[in-house]
Amino acid sequence: MKRQILDSPLTQPTDLPSQDPRLLRRLLRAKDRMDAASDEAWPVERLASVSGVSQAHFARSFKDAFGLPPHRYLLTRRIERSTALLRDTDLPITEIAFTTGWGSLGTFGRTFRDVTGESPGAHRERWRATQHSLALVPACHVQAAHRPDLITAVSEKRRQEADGTKEASTKATKEVP
Amino acid sequence: MNQGIEVVGVYVDNQDEALEFYVGKLGFRVHTDVRNGDYRWLTVQHPEQPSFQLGLFVPGAPMQDAATAQQLRALVAKGAMPPLVLAVSDCRAMHAQWAAKGVEFTQEPVERYGSVDAGFRDPAGNGWKLIQSRG
Repeated sequence: MKRQILDSPLTQPTDLPSQDPRLLRRLLRAKDRMDAASDEAWPVERLASVSGVSQAHFARSFKDAFGLPPHRYLLTRRIERSTALLRDTDLPITEIAFTTGWGSLGTFGRTFRDVTGESPGAHRERWRATQHSLALVPACHVQAAHRPDLITAVSEKRRQEADGTKEASTKATKEVP
Repeated sequence: MNQGIEVVGVYVDNQDEALEFYVGKLGFRVHTDVRNGDYRWLTVQHPEQPSFQLGLFVPGAPMQDAATAQQLRALVAKGAMPPLVLAVSDCRAMHAQWAAKGVEFTQEPVERYGSVDAGFRDPAGNGWKLIQSRG
């Protein structure tokens, strides 16, 4: 259940138009800014202005460059950060929800469960019960290793689970953010 | 002779710009800068680490064909190259000094378990971690 996202067939990008490295460098700046402040709101106009790209082209360019739409990327960073806080701190789950950028505890709990397969509370308990030895790896890379790999949209994943199928992955490649 | 790793290179999109960044902003020193036609072998050194050279290389002829070079440039610009780590004695001071010089920081200094780290990128897109170890 927990790793189900990873079971989705990988869609290999073929014949993607090669993007100008100068554009990619500017798109990377938007990605970096989301990384640095994933708790903040990142509407397309804000991201587009960081990258110096028109709003109309930003989401498509970002997805071509990084393989997923900007707001799904932001979601992975928020889950990653809330996971770290669940493991490494004693902060109440409500506080973690708001600290990591969710508008409500309900949205946080539901999204966290959809992405990771368990509730925030269950995740915290399971993690505490296991030993870990990642102290030698820089903390940011440890966190990155725990970033969810969201190949499909969360809404798509919900639908697949409701249908009991996992065949809708081709739709994910055409999905608009 | 001493045995060990002597040169490790990163790809950059523009060697003049990279030189200005690593030497002009970060305070590295040029170790070797030689040209042969369009090819330029450029390495820099951390001032406190004379046995190691960081190569600043541009993708392209004669090492790569044009399509491969374009892919490498794209990978660097997307930040897809491996992480680089610079050990410093005072992360916050280094951050303040380099930010004032216009270094593009991607992460402000953060203390974690007693060590302090920050993140920045070179103009090409290579990502560095600036780490001040505990103690």
